[in-house]
Amino acid sequence: MEHIDALTDWSRAQFALTALYHWVFVPLTLGLTFIVAIMETIYVKTGDEWWKKTTQFWMGLLAINFAIGLATGIIMEFEFGTNWSNYSWIVGDIFGAPLAIEGIMAFFMESTFFAVMFFGWNRVSKKFHLLSTWLVAIGSNLSALWILVANGWMQHPVGMTFNPDTARNEMADFWAVLFNPNAYSKFLHTISSGYVLASLFVIGISSWYLLKRRDIKFAKRSIVVAASFGLLTSLFMLTTGDDSAHRVALNQPMKLAAMEGLYKGEDRASIVAFGVLTPDKKPGDEKETFLFSFEIPYALSFLGYHKVDAFVPGVDDLLFGNEKLGIMSVAQKIERGKEAVTALKRYKEAKKANDMPAAEAARKVFEANSEYMGYGYLKKPEEAVPNVPMTFYAFHTMVGLGTLFIALFFMILYAAMTNTLEKRRWLLWGGVISIPLGYLAQELGWITAEVGRQPWAIQDMLPVGMATSNMASSNVMITFWLFAILFTALLIAEVKIMTKQISMGPEGGHHV
Amino acid sequence: MFNWLSKIVAFYVEGFKSMRLGKKLWAIVFIKLFVLFAIVKVLFFPNLLKENFRNDEERSGYILDQLTHTDISIPNKGEKNGTH
Repeated sequence: MEHIDALTDWSRAQFALTALYHWVFVPLTLGLTFIVAIMETIYVKTGDEWWKKTTQFWMGLLAINFAIGLATGIIMEFEFGTNWSNYSWIVGDIFGAPLAIEGIMAFFMESTFFAVMFFGWNRVSKKFHLLSTWLVAIGSNLSALWILVANGWMQHPVGMTFNPDTARNEMADFWAVLFNPNAYSKFLHTISSGYVLASLFVIGISSWYLLKRRDIKFAKRSIVVAASFGLLTSLFMLTTGDDSAHRVALNQPMKLAAMEGLYKGEDRASIVAFGVLTPDKKPGDEKETFLFSFEIPYALSFLGYHKVDAFVPGVDDLLFGNEKLGIMSVAQKIERGKEAVTALKRYKEAKKANDMPAAEAARKVFEANSEYMGYGYLKKPEEAVPNVPMTFYAFHTMVGLGTLFIALFFMILYAAMTNTLEKRRWLLWGGVISIPLGYLAQELGWITAEVGRQPWAIQDMLPVGMATSNMASSNVMITFWLFAILFTALLIAEVKIMTKQISMGPEGGHHV
Repeated sequence: MFNWLSKIVAFYVEGFKSMRLGKKLWAIVFIKLFVLFAIVKVLFFPNLLKENFRNDEERSGYILDQLTHTDISIPNKGEKNGTH
């Protein structure tokens, strides 16, 4: 049993490492492609060569980020096949189609329009070049759609049926998978967060130029574009974040309870704007949840369910059940899950013995309980509760940073429009510091999304312990460290090449 | 047709030739792809189900065994262990 726990932990750690490093590169590409497209549009509209130079400089940094980040996501596919083979088989049909579309789209887009974008200056018409830049921006973002559709499905599986003969989920309704509310709210929130990060990136580097009193015109122009784009997209991100939280409330109430540190459910629930959790708080105990907290009344009910008097279930309600509100306990779900798994076993054996009446009877029991199948693999009810402190702090820090970014965009844009940027050096330093903070917010978003849904690889259907392959944990441990070294080397390469380009400035370093 | 093709080829060839920073980036891309596909994938990441089983029927059977060979005992219907 210890072997299985270690294997699951190492497999999770490795996947988390890969995903978090991969996500260092992706959001900047998603956002920076749009910023360069906007800058190039201004160039084509005005014919001002300054804008061409500005576009080319940021395009150079985009190229560095793209090249270093390229194929870092493919490692996750390796891991699916080796460390997560049970999971890969069980989700096969659902994951296969979106990932195949992503691969094809990415290949065609990158091999054609990326080439025109980088090689095409002075070789194709201005308008065709501009079209290519926009297509790269749109295509990169659409490419992200498919992987996020797959992730959305794992969080809220719809549009499929589990076939007990093949042990696979089979696509029953492609459109239900594509238009899964969890998927598109996740997609919009994720890409808009990429736009915010890219805006911070442009503002931060431009602020550094202003602090160094160099490339003033270039920096100010870049800041106006990035702050305007950042302000608009961060407000959009706020609405998509609200929709994401609403979806979590409806489909993953345990995750919402963990995000908010809510142990005992309540009507007219408050949202904790800021708080420190009691360190040794456990589900079911009578300890206070927070050492101290600042709360906004009614906000959680309203944001979660769009009603100020809605009941928001807490960890205890979901874990131990709440008969009055019709919430089933995890222990009851475990019981139903075990019935599903046992029926599946009986079905398999009856089919093998060619005893069709027994197989049919077992299948009926399985189908009646299959909704809870995943719970059948939990050893105790408490395993259904994610790591509350990690989810709570990750979520609240992300939201706090997001709010800070909106304020920063507003102040920077105001200072740029009133031509007072250079006087406000504290604001420029704020811009520089916002780059690492933007990356931190990105990673915390994924930690919230993925830690908060534990123990599930597929919500309610497959816990992570059952999703892993039957292999030695030492193998996973070795590759964990291998990837840690590889990714760190890539990150160092990116930072080194980028800082060199940035220090050369728009006059010297824009040629890709 | 050939005219178009030769124009496209020339576009890429000239594009690659005129690169400065891009040459370094392409070198990184190729080294990375080599490390990932020729070393990491081959040595450390076999596709377990593809390599260990001949067909989908065997793979299904294996996964069904994994899903059903668990220490599962169904408690008496009346028991609600852990409920409050």
